[in-house]
Amino acid sequence: MTALSIRKLEKSFGGLRVTRGVDLEVAPGERRLIIGPNGAGKTTLFNLVTGELKPDIGSVALFGQELTRLPSRRRAHLGLSRTYQIITLFPKDTLLRNVTLSLLGLSPLRWSPLLRLDRQRRLIEQAERALARVGLAQMAHRPLAETSYGERRRVEIAMALAQNPRVLLLDEPFAGLSVDERRDVKTLLFAIPRDVTIVMIEHDMDVALDLAERISVMHFGEVVVEGTRTEVVADPRTKEIYLGG
Amino acid sequence: MTATRASLLAALAVLVAVPWWVPGDYYISVCSQILIYAVFALGVDVLIGYAGLVSLGHAGLFGLASYAVAIALASGSGQLGAVALALAVALLGTAAFAALSLRATGIGFIMITLALGQILWGLAYRWVSMTDGDNGVGVAARPMPFGFNLEVASHFYYATLVVFLLALLAAWVFVHSPFGASLAGTRDQPRRMNALGYHVWLIRFYACLFSGLLTAVAGILFVYYTKFISPQTLALTASAEGVLMVISGGSGTLLGPIVGAALVVIVKNVASAYIERWNMLLGAIFVAIVVFMPEGLVPGTTRLVRRAFKLRPNAPAPTGEPAPGEPAP
Repeated sequence: MTALSIRKLEKSFGGLRVTRGVDLEVAPGERRLIIGPNGAGKTTLFNLVTGELKPDIGSVALFGQELTRLPSRRRAHLGLSRTYQIITLFPKDTLLRNVTLSLLGLSPLRWSPLLRLDRQRRLIEQAERALARVGLAQMAHRPLAETSYGERRRVEIAMALAQNPRVLLLDEPFAGLSVDERRDVKTLLFAIPRDVTIVMIEHDMDVALDLAERISVMHFGEVVVEGTRTEVVADPRTKEIYLGG
Repeated sequence: MTATRASLLAALAVLVAVPWWVPGDYYISVCSQILIYAVFALGVDVLIGYAGLVSLGHAGLFGLASYAVAIALASGSGQLGAVALALAVALLGTAAFAALSLRATGIGFIMITLALGQILWGLAYRWVSMTDGDNGVGVAARPMPFGFNLEVASHFYYATLVVFLLALLAAWVFVHSPFGASLAGTRDQPRRMNALGYHVWLIRFYACLFSGLLTAVAGILFVYYTKFISPQTLALTASAEGVLMVISGGSGTLLGPIVGAALVVIVKNVASAYIERWNMLLGAIFVAIVVFMPEGLVPGTTRLVRRAFKLRPNAPAPTGEPAPGEPAP
């Protein structure tokens, strides 16, 4: 059984076909890298997988379960988490509250109007552990607005990991990071256990190629090359459309 | 005892002592009115401050509860039955409001609530066989819970104070709950909340119901206070006043709407006795607030006090809850 199965996925905005019959099979535990120039349809593909956009044609399945007609929130409950290319967090809240909100999203507690959130010790301890996992435990009570860009990237990853996803979609996790921050995030991603399947969009080939086992190259909404690192790097089409020949 | 608790106890003592230090029944009644509108403003604030949804139709829900009580009593119902009916009618009305208006957010939500509020105002004005149109509906007598005569101004004030404190407690519990955190999340990042597994629409719908409940409670108190209800209570200006109470006091805080309600009621009832063009005064006050304290009186005053005494902002609570008087995260 594949972890993520995408079949013939198509999406158009008006006359612009953003994804054209994308087929993708990601095995459980795999680290898949999706590369391609700007406008290739990578982030749109993620939005289609998570349900933030509805496809015109095609299907998405998670461990054999059909997702195509499910709303985005249901997909999160089935084990699909993501991070965003443009950091999408709660800037007025502390780091701990950001991660707590992530955990609360999958907990029946989220409907409770009578309990006090700050007394939910189990939930808060889980959030603290998630922050410790990305090396931010000591900053848990700091407002997000007072953190660096790299720290926010790590909060995004902490929020996604806190949900114990089966498939994790990372949209340019290294974008905008300094050399040191890239190293930290890379170490963090290497430490994610194999029971989490990772699909990652990334432009930084130096960092991303170390992580990826298989690579899909997208161009004008299509997957044009797919294979192992060696195969993809050696393919003349990759050089032509992405690496600049 | 923390400074916050001491302040709350002092405020409670001041409120309980109102009939002793406020001169005359008229001013005691004005205090009752402040508490009634404070409950109304808390209801509006649940949507504006915590859900990020500005409603211009809440006076319609307020009036719906008032009319339900008055019409039920006029039809021979008991007091308890009339109140229960009013709550049920207002909640059903709120559910219909929410189902229609939550199809949009932002300007769309404002316009739909405005239209729905105007429909209720139109019904109150034109459905003469039910509402007696412009003449309104009178309430013969206030209830007498446990033999407590609410016709006496101070007694009515205490009854209102009890309801106000219960409403405030309910709002406090609500905004500090996991559901309150979920609601604030949908205000700040609805797309993200959806991806995290939250049902954003349903969260907003339940928030509307809670807001409608507080509004209905205020409407019921109001009709017993005035012993009369007319279409004027449902007018657009009344909804706008609710929004102004919240914005002037500080949205996303529990104290802000109370202060805003006090400001509006005092200017309308007290300052108007001395100033002919009191509307201008109210407008000037709002302009001053927007210019000097755009975040509202309560958060603005907190900021100025901190600056004056060179205090550091309070450290956020473990889950990022605001300190009292600070806007919700």
